[in-house]
Amino acid sequence: MADSHAGSALAHQFEDLEQQHDAADLGMWIFLATEVMFFGGLFAGYTIYRNLYEPGFAAGSHMLNVTIGAINTAVLICSSLTMALAVRAAQIGKRSSLLTCLILTIMLGLAFILIKLTLEWRHDYLEGFVPGLNFTFAGPNAKSVELFFCFYFTMTGVHALHMVVGVGVLGVLLAQAWKGRFGPERYNAVETAGLYWHFVDIVWIFLFPLLYLIGGRY
Amino acid sequence: MATAAVDLDTRVHYLNAGYGIKSWLLTTDHKRIAILYMASITFFFLVGGIAAVLIRIHLIEPNGAIFEPGTYNKLFSMHGIFMVFFFMIPSIPAVLGNFLVPMMIGARDLAFPKLNLLSWYIFMVGGCLALYAVIWGGVDTGWTFYTPLSTTYANTNVLSAALGVFVSGFSSILTGLNFVVTIHKMRAPGMTWFRMPLFLWAMYATSIIQILGTPVVAITLVLVALERLFHVGVFDPAVGGDPILFQHLFWFYSHPAVYIMILPSMGVVSELVTCFSKKRIFGYSFIAFSSVAIAVISFLVWGHHMFVSGQSIYAGIVFSALSFLVAIPSAIKVFNWTATLYKGSVSYQAPMLYALGFIGLFTMGGLTGLFLATLATDTHLHDTYFVVGHFHYIMVGGAVMGYLGGIHFWWPKITGRLYPDGWARLAAAIIFIGFNLTFFPQYMVGYLGMPRRYAIYPPEFQVLNVMSSAGASILAVGYAIPLVYLIWSMRYGPVAGPNPWGAKGLEWETPSPPPTENFEEIPVVREEAYAYGE
Amino acid sequence: MWQGFQIRPDQASTIAQGVDYLYYFLTAIDLFFTAVIFLTIFYFALRYRRRSEQEQPQQIEGSLPLEIAWTLIPLGLVVIVFLWGTSLFIRNSRPPAASTEIFVVGKQWMWKIQHPEGVEEINELHVPVNRPIKLTMTSEDVIHDFAVPAFRVKKDVVPGMYTTEWFQATKTGRFHMFCDQYCGTNHSLMKGEVIVMEPTEYEQWLSGGIRGETMAQAGAKLYDQLACITCHGTGKGPPLVGVYGKPVKLSDGSTVIADDAYLRESVLYPSAKIVQGYGPIMPTFKGQVTEEQLLQLIAYIKSLSPQEGKASK
Repeated sequence: MADSHAGSALAHQFEDLEQQHDAADLGMWIFLATEVMFFGGLFAGYTIYRNLYEPGFAAGSHMLNVTIGAINTAVLICSSLTMALAVRAAQIGKRSSLLTCLILTIMLGLAFILIKLTLEWRHDYLEGFVPGLNFTFAGPNAKSVELFFCFYFTMTGVHALHMVVGVGVLGVLLAQAWKGRFGPERYNAVETAGLYWHFVDIVWIFLFPLLYLIGGRY
Repeated sequence: MATAAVDLDTRVHYLNAGYGIKSWLLTTDHKRIAILYMASITFFFLVGGIAAVLIRIHLIEPNGAIFEPGTYNKLFSMHGIFMVFFFMIPSIPAVLGNFLVPMMIGARDLAFPKLNLLSWYIFMVGGCLALYAVIWGGVDTGWTFYTPLSTTYANTNVLSAALGVFVSGFSSILTGLNFVVTIHKMRAPGMTWFRMPLFLWAMYATSIIQILGTPVVAITLVLVALERLFHVGVFDPAVGGDPILFQHLFWFYSHPAVYIMILPSMGVVSELVTCFSKKRIFGYSFIAFSSVAIAVISFLVWGHHMFVSGQSIYAGIVFSALSFLVAIPSAIKVFNWTATLYKGSVSYQAPMLYALGFIGLFTMGGLTGLFLATLATDTHLHDTYFVVGHFHYIMVGGAVMGYLGGIHFWWPKITGRLYPDGWARLAAAIIFIGFNLTFFPQYMVGYLGMPRRYAIYPPEFQVLNVMSSAGASILAVGYAIPLVYLIWSMRYGPVAGPNPWGAKGLEWETPSPPPTENFEEIPVVREEAYAYGE
Repeated sequence: MWQGFQIRPDQASTIAQGVDYLYYFLTAIDLFFTAVIFLTIFYFALRYRRRSEQEQPQQIEGSLPLEIAWTLIPLGLVVIVFLWGTSLFIRNSRPPAASTEIFVVGKQWMWKIQHPEGVEEINELHVPVNRPIKLTMTSEDVIHDFAVPAFRVKKDVVPGMYTTEWFQATKTGRFHMFCDQYCGTNHSLMKGEVIVMEPTEYEQWLSGGIRGETMAQAGAKLYDQLACITCHGTGKGPPLVGVYGKPVKLSDGSTVIADDAYLRESVLYPSAKIVQGYGPIMPTFKGQVTEEQLLQLIAYIKSLSPQEGKASK
């Protein structure tokens, strides 16, 4: 493959752009596999305790706001759409679309985080649902409700942390896109960031029913 | 730095391609990063080693020769944490793997060089956190952090130690990720999977484990930290948690982790045994597939650490059966290595002595694993010195000897110098003798019932403890000697050519030390691995 | 210091010899294969030592028959060991029906042992020889482990649950008992002795021991103090006479056996399982009863079952 040094898009360890692209892709997929195992540990613990302490976990789940959760779910799904569009725009080199879609994705991501912080977590804090800080719930199954909220905050907290990192990465990409860095020969970064973003979205798709919709409220 | 022969001075290679601390601390060259790791893990080995020396001196007396029990507990915890997480797990992958994977594959660097540098920094941050834990009062939960002791009852530096381990785990993950992508995507033209040296198969299998297992222990330590900080009941039964759940989550990683520690060494042995018999490996595909099989099965056997934990008998039976299964691929490898010597042209330089020692000691130590996989005997042996003997045979008699063999073998390539082989062989012999004297008595005192992690023990166990400590003093001498001559050789050793051992492999087709880009032209591979005699 | 060379502890229980035989077999396999490998390596390394730098050894790729052989033979061996070890383990895990029950509570850093007859011991366990003994154990704090090397038995002692192990001693004498799960600062000091006595001596020891009342009697007193009868004797709560060891139907339709663990859970976490036909009105007694008191209450409830009542030996 003769165009081995097409501008500075090709890193020195790779032979051609295709190899570089494939490597970045595989690298991100493997990283996502590690993330699956990371969240998997939490999911496993949650599942085991949910089975042991059904009434407490159902009670805890009922204290969450399904409507806000659903809105957040919709926000994230939309952000995955805008992200996919951003990747496409980078691949075909349309700078204005890329910038628009990146901005939209960032805004939707920030919206998710803001909704979580101000409408859900703040409310939980005021109600005294935060283990370790101010957990004051004293009804039946209080201990398992506390355990539920421990998992709730850990799982949504770790997820939100991943969202924040994602937003940060997208911010960096936005700055680079502004400078016109991306095009048909150089779009790996956007594509791998897209993979990461979709993954964080999928984690939420699992979190939402597990945390919000269990307990036979429907 | 300039006394050597003209060639080393005038030719530009990766060691002199840039001077000054910035060129090292900001390097993205996999070879320099390997050297950074080599220095760091040697330092952490010394930390863990000092703890070991103190432990063995203390155990000369049944009532403890030096320390209060509380201090002793901190020593064995420190020994375990530093040796497992900051020496064994990174050792071969981060030093030899980083140096050799691109070279053996015919690439200029790993797939993600900057990620590689990042992984070293992450490792150092983790190491510093663990050092902080040890210096500011120590941690006394053991490297296994069992709950609720670690979450609720220990009043030592559990959080910083756990954080150190947590952080260093990401270094392990990133290294594994880098290797898998490199091996998949960057092999030189003609280098099919089955033409790769077996060291690469071993690194690939190791990387799978690093990638899939480490995140689980990471999240487990997060939960331990949360419980310790906020007193929520994840693992403490007093608040509704399950202490056995911790054990499941912990061992789900920590059992595969021991294969992270042994598989790379097995890869090294394949390289050494072929070169020093001038023969292709016997049963190439069997060894390759065995590496992968070990990695896969390793994820299914964690419950053998928990036979007496209160888990159900049926779980125990399943884990026992699977644990026996994982022994078979290792046995296949041992037989294949031995058969490689048949009708070979065998020479006994130090690397080969380490390889042969590995094969024998791994056989003995691995077979003691059967005692522990067997339910009825494990009941008696669990948490006794028998277990301590078993894992030291594998990790020290096995993995560390493999590491030393590899370091000696590739030393000329890494430094451009030869080390004095006479001293090296002497050290290898001293290590072999000292090692057996240290750890064989531990099998015996373990069957007699001496529990592990005991600062004070009944007097009838003293003879075997004294023997073990005497052996340890010999082992320490054996380890000190290479430290001296290897460092000496970096300045005064004779200059090595590109291939002082006459070995096969792409790394030996470059100058010693190699240029930063490894290869002027990416090589095209036309022959099988270990094509000696062709 | 030198007390004669031992390779194994005393064989002081019914299972010890069986475990030792398996151990000897495994040792033989280990030493045999280690010797085979070491000697083969030694022989090959000597016979095929390099005599000149120019020599070209014959390149051998492998041998499928050999690979099959050295896969199947180890596989066969491990299957044998697995079957042997598992069957031994299953037998060693099932206490005989007529075992004497003794109760163990571990805490940092001591063992508290209760005999049903009421005698309590610290760090010592007196038992009669040639009788099966079943230990029911729990911890007050961290995970401990009750191990008796001479009997070849060991089991973790876990907070929040009961674990059991059993043994039948075959020799009188004093035998080491160790805590075998690292439990903190004085882990290595948390040891004691199992003292095995002839039956008549044991009876004498029991009757001479410090006791005011049996465990069941102590439990009855607690039952009074905690006013359990206000519900369990008036129909507000399920009756406890005859309940031990019997199936209980729960409000969610499932059925459980009323064993030690169920009774313990019902006192500490009453809302976890509600008996069918009753409301969730039982208050928790967590923090008001120690682990030993729980065992006494359970002993009392056991005594309310006709056949359990007199079988305390």
